[in-house]
Amino acid sequence: MKKLKLGGNNILLAITVILFVVMYAGGCIIYADKGFTHLQTFLNVLINNAGLIAVAAGMTCVMLTGGIDISVGSLIAMDCMFLAVGMEHWGMSSPVLMILVLVIGAVFGLVQGYCVAYLEIQPFIVTMAGMFFARGMTAVICKDQVSIVSDKLFTAISNTKISIPFGGYVNKKGIYQTPFIRPTVIVALLVVILVFLMLKYTKFGRSIYAVGGNQVSATLMGLNVKKTKLLTYTLCSLLTSIGGICYCLNTMCGTTTQATGLEMDAISSSVIGGTLLTGGVGNVLGSLVGVLINGTISTLVKSNGKLVSSWANIITAILLCFFILLQAIFAKVKESKKA
Amino acid sequence: MDKVKKITKMKLFLPIFSMILVMMINVIYDIASGNPPFGFFSISINNGILYGRLIDVLNRGSEVAILAIGMTLVVSASAGTDISVGSVMSLSGGLCCMLLAGYGVTNVSEYAVPLWVGMLAGIAIACVCGLFNGFLVAYMNIQPMVATLILWSAGRAIGLLLCNSNIVYVRVPSFQFFGAYCGIIPTPILIAAVCVAVASIVLKSTALGTYIQSVGINKKASRISGFNSAKIILLCYVICGLCAGIAGLVATCRIYSADTNNIGLNMELDAILAVALGGNSLGGGKFNLAGSIIGAYTIQAITTTLYALGVSSAQAPVFKAIVVILIVVIQSQPVKDYFKKLSAKKAGAKEAA
Repeated sequence: MKKLKLGGNNILLAITVILFVVMYAGGCIIYADKGFTHLQTFLNVLINNAGLIAVAAGMTCVMLTGGIDISVGSLIAMDCMFLAVGMEHWGMSSPVLMILVLVIGAVFGLVQGYCVAYLEIQPFIVTMAGMFFARGMTAVICKDQVSIVSDKLFTAISNTKISIPFGGYVNKKGIYQTPFIRPTVIVALLVVILVFLMLKYTKFGRSIYAVGGNQVSATLMGLNVKKTKLLTYTLCSLLTSIGGICYCLNTMCGTTTQATGLEMDAISSSVIGGTLLTGGVGNVLGSLVGVLINGTISTLVKSNGKLVSSWANIITAILLCFFILLQAIFAKVKESKKA
Repeated sequence: MDKVKKITKMKLFLPIFSMILVMMINVIYDIASGNPPFGFFSISINNGILYGRLIDVLNRGSEVAILAIGMTLVVSASAGTDISVGSVMSLSGGLCCMLLAGYGVTNVSEYAVPLWVGMLAGIAIACVCGLFNGFLVAYMNIQPMVATLILWSAGRAIGLLLCNSNIVYVRVPSFQFFGAYCGIIPTPILIAAVCVAVASIVLKSTALGTYIQSVGINKKASRISGFNSAKIILLCYVICGLCAGIAGLVATCRIYSADTNNIGLNMELDAILAVALGGNSLGGGKFNLAGSIIGAYTIQAITTTLYALGVSSAQAPVFKAIVVILIVVIQSQPVKDYFKKLSAKKAGAKEAA
């Protein structure tokens, strides 16, 4: 039984990876003249989605327990606004603010987790309230757009380029372009690796899978289901706050409408990456590939130049539909084999 | 003591209680700021139209009320929520305006096609969206929230494509009529009233309401006792789509333009909140349509009150969130159990004395 479950999951992950490779290769062939083949294009996808990668890692953990967290987009907006206003209006230093943001994120997640785990309210409703709250708080902190210009350290981190010694190319003016990444990418990838290791090797990680797989049997096994859920939601919001800092380093400003709809990007990335919405099955590496697919779609649409940006949404939705149907079919096959 | 218990156990207690609470806040605020204490309730006729805060609440709350009808049925039958309604609203408005104005045209003062064609197309596409959601939920056994996530993201995007990413204005009086005034009464109020009346007559006079509740309480048992559970769930989603279509057209006519980016934005959350506020369990089963409708207007009353108190539209969600959390915490099982234990302890103490 266990083998079959893993088989289905691996097939989903394999399809995702193949899809990404095919999509990227297709982009390379069609848009070769627009620089799609350069390493930098791929690195840009990583740079643009660094925040989303961290968020998707957290979202995957929550979805593994069978829950959902739709407050992440608003939480990022609140984080960005807090950072921006803190630096510009209150004159606080960026390291202090970053730690504060992480603390706020953890507390935010703790409250949501408490409502979900101990008060047994549906996760969707709790996080919907969280989403309202965070979005509203963004406006309470400041109603206008605040750009970050004064903090030297924050600007320096944002502008840091980490060069990669290979894969460069000579551009039209004959200047050699070194491919580079931003520090945010390293943070995001580090988050993914740590979450991957945590899910695979720690007791907490294994209990997340157990709770999502079957709550009753997890309880009978002696696991503390409520505590696991509480910690998972806390972890998700904490990772979202890390993502929020990365996001802020990319945009360098805080606005009330920032990161709207990001929660759906994170959810769809996880689903495309093979995380089952019913919980218990999934992999954070798959979610990383899911984010990359999302990013590649929007890069492809941008490279085309003629298509309206809403096409990216439609294509993502079609992909999402495809993967959800695949999951449903796998579930049906499994059920018929059981019977 | 027993009387209090009886009242709090009533089905409509929660929505009516919150409605009264909102009104009280208004009265207190009016007194505190030196206005006549019942300013909230005063209705007058200015320039031949009804005027007053209460009318404003009824008028602006029409869309949420219409959405709440469909959402109540969906929640009841499938124990899940349809989060695509806001996007579907935008899509139906977008298609309607696109047809009325012609593709790529952004500003017209006469119709390209007859009005009824545009309206019907808008409602039809919304029904198709409902059909799609319903198919995924009922026949593919996908979680409702996830199934509707697809259209949540695609619906608005398709609407944008149809309108060529522009805001399409249709400046024709007969189009504006549906969002403006019919005589002295705002038309949206009438439309919402008709929708509610039709829905309640259908649910009361046929067995549909009972079927839906039975499917929501136990899908398998309903199927065994001879209902086609999947078909009933599908029907609920189509009705929800239909409601979203009507609400979308009302919202579009109100501003006589298809502002695809903003029509119905976050409306799904208001609709779900209305259902929860109406005392319906979000876990499915029994439903109470009247509660949802009162809930919808309560939300609008909260919003209007917040604006009156000087809270900006961007900050208002904070208070909405607090209201949601309070309601669901009161409704949650552990809290209920706690209060039960508390009252049992009191009763025990009485007996001992």
